[in-house]
Amino acid sequence: MAKTLVFLEHHDGAVQKGSLGVLAKASQIGGEFAGAIIGADVRAVGESVGASVWVAEDARLAAPLPQPRVDVLAKLVRDEGYDTVLFAQSVLAADIAAGLAARLGSGLNWGLVDFDGETGRAPALQDTVVVDVGWSTPVRIGIFRAGALDAEALSGVSDVRDAGVELEDFSTAAEMVEQAHAEQQGPSIEDAEIIVAGGRGLGEPEKFALAEDLARALGGAVAATRAVVDAGWYPYSAQVGQTGKTVSPKLYVALGISGAIQHKVGMQGSSVIVAINKDPNAPIFEYADLGVVGDLHEIVPKLTELVRSRKS
Amino acid sequence: MSIRPSEFPPPWSTSDAIAPPTDPVDERIEVGFLIVGAGPAGLAAAIRLGQLMEEDPATAERLGEVPVAVLEKGKAPGAHLLSGAVVNPRGLQRLFKGRKRIDEMPFYGEVHGESVLFLTKHRAVRIPTPPTMINHRNYVASLSRLGRWLAEEAEELGVTILPETSGERLLVDGGRVVGVRTGDRGRGRRGEELGNFEPGSDIAARVTILAEGTQGHLTGAAFERFGLRGENPQVWALGVKEVWKVAKPLDHVIHTMGWPLRPAKKFREFGGSFIYPMGDDMVTIGMVVGLDYRDTELSVHDLLQELKTHPRVKRILDGGERVQWGAKTIPEGGFVALPSRFHAPGLLLCGDGVGLVNVPALKGIHYAVESGRLAAEAAWRTLARGASMRLALASYDGSLRESFIWRDLREVRNMRQAFGRGFYVGGALAGAMTASKGRFPPGDAPTERDADQSLISTDRAGSYPAADGKLVFDKLSSVFASGNRTRDDQPNHIRIQEKVPRELAELWAHMCPAQVYEVGEADGDGTVTVKLAPSNCVQCGAITAKGGRLTPPEGGSGPEYTVT
Amino acid sequence: MKIAVCVKAVPDAAAGRRIDPATMRLDRSGELAISDFDTYAVEEGLKLKEAAGEGEVVVVSMGPEKAMDALRKALAMGADRAVLITDSALENSDVLETAVALAGALQKEGADLVLFGQQSADGGGACLWAAVAEKLRYPVVSQVSELTVGDGSLTGKRQTEFGYDTIRAPMPAIVAVSDAINTPRYPSLKGIMGAKKKPQETLGASEAAGPGTTVVALNPPPPRGEAQKFEDDGSAADRIVEFLAEKRLV
Repeated sequence: MAKTLVFLEHHDGAVQKGSLGVLAKASQIGGEFAGAIIGADVRAVGESVGASVWVAEDARLAAPLPQPRVDVLAKLVRDEGYDTVLFAQSVLAADIAAGLAARLGSGLNWGLVDFDGETGRAPALQDTVVVDVGWSTPVRIGIFRAGALDAEALSGVSDVRDAGVELEDFSTAAEMVEQAHAEQQGPSIEDAEIIVAGGRGLGEPEKFALAEDLARALGGAVAATRAVVDAGWYPYSAQVGQTGKTVSPKLYVALGISGAIQHKVGMQGSSVIVAINKDPNAPIFEYADLGVVGDLHEIVPKLTELVRSRKS
Repeated sequence: MSIRPSEFPPPWSTSDAIAPPTDPVDERIEVGFLIVGAGPAGLAAAIRLGQLMEEDPATAERLGEVPVAVLEKGKAPGAHLLSGAVVNPRGLQRLFKGRKRIDEMPFYGEVHGESVLFLTKHRAVRIPTPPTMINHRNYVASLSRLGRWLAEEAEELGVTILPETSGERLLVDGGRVVGVRTGDRGRGRRGEELGNFEPGSDIAARVTILAEGTQGHLTGAAFERFGLRGENPQVWALGVKEVWKVAKPLDHVIHTMGWPLRPAKKFREFGGSFIYPMGDDMVTIGMVVGLDYRDTELSVHDLLQELKTHPRVKRILDGGERVQWGAKTIPEGGFVALPSRFHAPGLLLCGDGVGLVNVPALKGIHYAVESGRLAAEAAWRTLARGASMRLALASYDGSLRESFIWRDLREVRNMRQAFGRGFYVGGALAGAMTASKGRFPPGDAPTERDADQSLISTDRAGSYPAADGKLVFDKLSSVFASGNRTRDDQPNHIRIQEKVPRELAELWAHMCPAQVYEVGEADGDGTVTVKLAPSNCVQCGAITAKGGRLTPPEGGSGPEYTVT
Repeated sequence: MKIAVCVKAVPDAAAGRRIDPATMRLDRSGELAISDFDTYAVEEGLKLKEAAGEGEVVVVSMGPEKAMDALRKALAMGADRAVLITDSALENSDVLETAVALAGALQKEGADLVLFGQQSADGGGACLWAAVAEKLRYPVVSQVSELTVGDGSLTGKRQTEFGYDTIRAPMPAIVAVSDAINTPRYPSLKGIMGAKKKPQETLGASEAAGPGTTVVALNPPPPRGEAQKFEDDGSAADRIVEFLAEKRLV
């Protein structure tokens, strides 16, 4: 039976959604499982999780830096005999997981969308193939893809235990000079979970306002096709496609985009694709989950209004 | 009122591609011999020079630290090479005499049989193989793959290959070609210098050999500057092809004529298709059509798609999948369109760039190789003690005239022009020419510029099949399948008049296999604005034949062919 | 200052990345080129050396022998030396084995700063540098979009989901740079021509760990599920919101 440890990343006093999703997955696998929260003054966070949680508290753990966390988790694995350590993808988590794998000599699989305790599933090559992956080392380390799991709050008994903190010298060499503030603008398109993209069907550059309004309402970022970037309607930094950025958000809304393959390869990894285009034969309808043949100039303002009122 | 593309010449002049050196002397790059183009002609020249350097290292010393450099505008040698191809090994055998056998060269096998089919929309009739097309003892090849191999051979002999480097200007000083200026990299759409802007360099060389292939940029400028043009203008065909992985091996080489081209003289649709096996699991299929066609709605890309729906063709491809696509023009003027000279002070020209193609036999690669080899030998002769540079370079012309290239091209010299009179008359004339080994009909039939053909419009586009993503593809999918991922934020490299009559814009839009041109807004005075997507361009060169001009974009742009 | 830049030679995109059915790993038999992301790291190394007015930039990589051709691009850009760790035992390595092999070579180099690119263009994984840092016992800072170096320490602006952190670390240290940090230069012609002459070393694996992961099977992607398509009759906006709500996206 697996004995699983889940790194629970927290920010501003709350556990990250992704981590909660991984913890929920750990509860489904069977066997013992526990979360680990690491920082300074985080006991209350630990207590808010309805499951077994290790809390490692130390002033030296205040900054969200990876290497001290490797020390804490490695000690837990050794002392408590965990054979599986799981993470939700984030900049911090990836660094910790890799450092931990090197510390323990363990196999590391990332980009997981599922895991049954023995084998993981991970899409590869821009989601054109799904690989079943395994581990050949005593301890298994896995990182789940962002947004792959639903965050379900666990409602078990909250059981907080103190984890020991013994830090290596080199782990504390890097220091935080100034910590990040919350982002003022919306997310960048590579990180965004929701993207609203505009193409030639918008008709003119001013109509990008429709995409921007919808993106704001949904809490997402705005992207553009090569055609409109070429025409100067939107900056190159927003271009999605073969010669622009590759994105894989949870939701991709394509407004007036025909969906030629050059664009498709930049966004085909999106979990849900909604397309609005007045041409019923546009190639995008071949791979959109929801295809709407219609006039986006009529549909989008109404859609934006409905989304706003739902959220308030 | 029917118009001709030549009435709307592009905003371009020879002086855009010719200039004196401008880099300060200590920044100039000095090489011994400079070759422009890593295709079969350029690499054959490089290899021959490498062999000569091996045999005579003392003389080679005089070429300096970089004795032979080859500029290649594609990402790597092979990236811009495309052909059928069934190769007559003669050129390569002479180049590698005593060093390599045919079985060491990257061919897909000897031709084991062939058929020529005359197609109608539903049927295929086998016709006797014209003598010029017999491919006995020839080999199927991917020119791209062959190019990669030749490049490796050249590098082993000490040749320096510079990929992602375009030849932008011919450096002429005191009436002599003294080298080439390479293109800038890192400019934005409006020509502005981006953060990583890298200006081109002047490369100075003792002798420059142009092997740029069809529609060579510097070659065209050299023709003007040094008065090399022959009596007849060059004409071109556009070839569009695909490479497929197939379920059943094809065991022979096929050429077709007839459908989907229209035989009536007014259409001037000369061409046909080829289907060649590439080993047991791949097949290449292509459509070649002369660019003297007149219908604004003709699209060679879509004719190829249409061809694939023919039952005889479809069954070859059933169960397979397309793995690559590409397009390139082929010079078709033959003997009568050759330049009057193949050299100029400091300069030698070879290969497709000067039209060394045997149209009825669909062969040009072995001529490219042989002409490259001869150019190398002439260039080497400039190093002999007491040699006259002028005489040594002129001797290249002499060696071309004595070669098998000259004999072959002369024999078939009027065949293509005959087809300008329609398929049936042309066929009869071609038969007569073959039987008489070129003596009948006598004389040299002139060629007419492709851009001088007046345009007509039919509803040809109405019968192109709809894309299904499995057998029939749209142009953007094809561009993707060429490996093209050109950087978008760079200056437009296509020169055309952007406000033209609608029919001309439509001609270009249908003509271009990569969907670079689009008919834009009407300007109210009978003209429309042409919209361009230059980063789609696979640099086939068709636009240069039909009223515009292709110039080389930033080095590394364009297709990334591997098996074409 | 000695800067080591770790790069990976990956199958060139045009050649078409595919999985080799025999090994069930990426087919690396075609042409290789330096991963695009790594060129940012090479550029940063070159900029730091130029700013300091002295130093050496060494590119270090692990791969098959032909990867040396790809490393020459870094030399053409201006790197001084290339080191390639190559060993048939290292074919199809995973993160763990790669980290061990790289750490071995980097230990020998004794660089002040080790740079990595943001992610591997072929594997998509984003964490090799942290594993290498663990093996070398160096501090590591990743996702750096601005880097300054001086007086035995470095300061990096690190981009996370929450914004930018500013982090300082003493050298020797490892830094993984993001593609926002610079615009990689094109190699000059002189650079390309001079690349062949620069020192290029091949090393065997100093230590071989076994692989830590296995590939059990390859599967086609799951079907996207029932796709719906309809024509707007005035109610499209409502139907879209319903759909999004079902998927818990609003």
